[in-house]
Amino acid sequence: MKKDIFKIENIKLKSRLIVGTGKYKNFKETAKAVKESGADMVTVAVRRINILDKKKPILTDYLNPKKIIYLPNTAGCFTSEEALRTLRLAREMGGWKLVKLEVLGDKKTLYPNMIETLKSTKTLVKEGFKVMVYCTDDPLLAKRLEESGASAIMPLASPIGSGLGLQNKVNISIIIKQSKVPVIVDAGIGTASDATIAMEIGCDGVLINSAIANAKNPIKMARAFKNAVISGRDSYLAGRMKKNYFAIPSSPTDGLI
Amino acid sequence: MAKIQLNGKKIAIRPKATIYDLLKKFKLNNKKVAIEYNGIIIPKANYRKKYLKNNDKLEVVHFIGGG
Repeated sequence: MKKDIFKIENIKLKSRLIVGTGKYKNFKETAKAVKESGADMVTVAVRRINILDKKKPILTDYLNPKKIIYLPNTAGCFTSEEALRTLRLAREMGGWKLVKLEVLGDKKTLYPNMIETLKSTKTLVKEGFKVMVYCTDDPLLAKRLEESGASAIMPLASPIGSGLGLQNKVNISIIIKQSKVPVIVDAGIGTASDATIAMEIGCDGVLINSAIANAKNPIKMARAFKNAVISGRDSYLAGRMKKNYFAIPSSPTDGLI
Repeated sequence: MAKIQLNGKKIAIRPKATIYDLLKKFKLNNKKVAIEYNGIIIPKANYRKKYLKNNDKLEVVHFIGGG
């Protein structure tokens, strides 16, 4: 059997699960959950450093950027300018070209502003960034992003942090079928089975933050997601059986006594 | 003394201090940070060359947990 390799640009990833590092109780819990999830890529945000508190622990003390791939994200940015500023700083900080772009458009739904997102993608690609782009599940816009040079398409399953799961399987399936770059469902996944469903329909990966961090036991949930993503991928590759409207017996009818 | 704005807070520093001097003062010289100086990102290699003057605005950022 051909080896199943997950690649974003030239980066090979062992796990198809990417995890966020926000919302955890403390850095210790973050590090434990990341380890248990088996993810080799984590999203991180860029913020002002607390200058006065020199002893305050920082993320890099707990998650070594040399051992795990940091994917700088523009979470919280509502304009193209803010997003570009953030990612340019991130690039200077770590030398990372692979970044995640998200330009939000509405405080209540945290829906992406696709006009600004598209504009920012073009600018970043021109500047040499490799951009994974958080987007709506509109196939047409997903195509536009790909044509603009996006390295991965990251449609939402449902609003960020909502835990509502995959709400538009049809659109996500269309996006998967039409895309030549990886499609990674980002945002809205609520529990492990949601991730399995996304993987079963052929997503290349999933990005999870709240569903793990907000679980009663984040460490256990991290493991659940690890297995859910592996199961979903295997199931997709194995190819599901046909659906029938009537029963078909599992045991042969020949030789019945 | 020169008065600068560091991450939105006004602070006083000794005259003719460089960005590197400032980072050292706050024990940030070995940390993974990026710096924006009056709206322009300064490459690490230039930290020792950039002198701070009155009313300069400096942003020092780092990576934190995020989704």
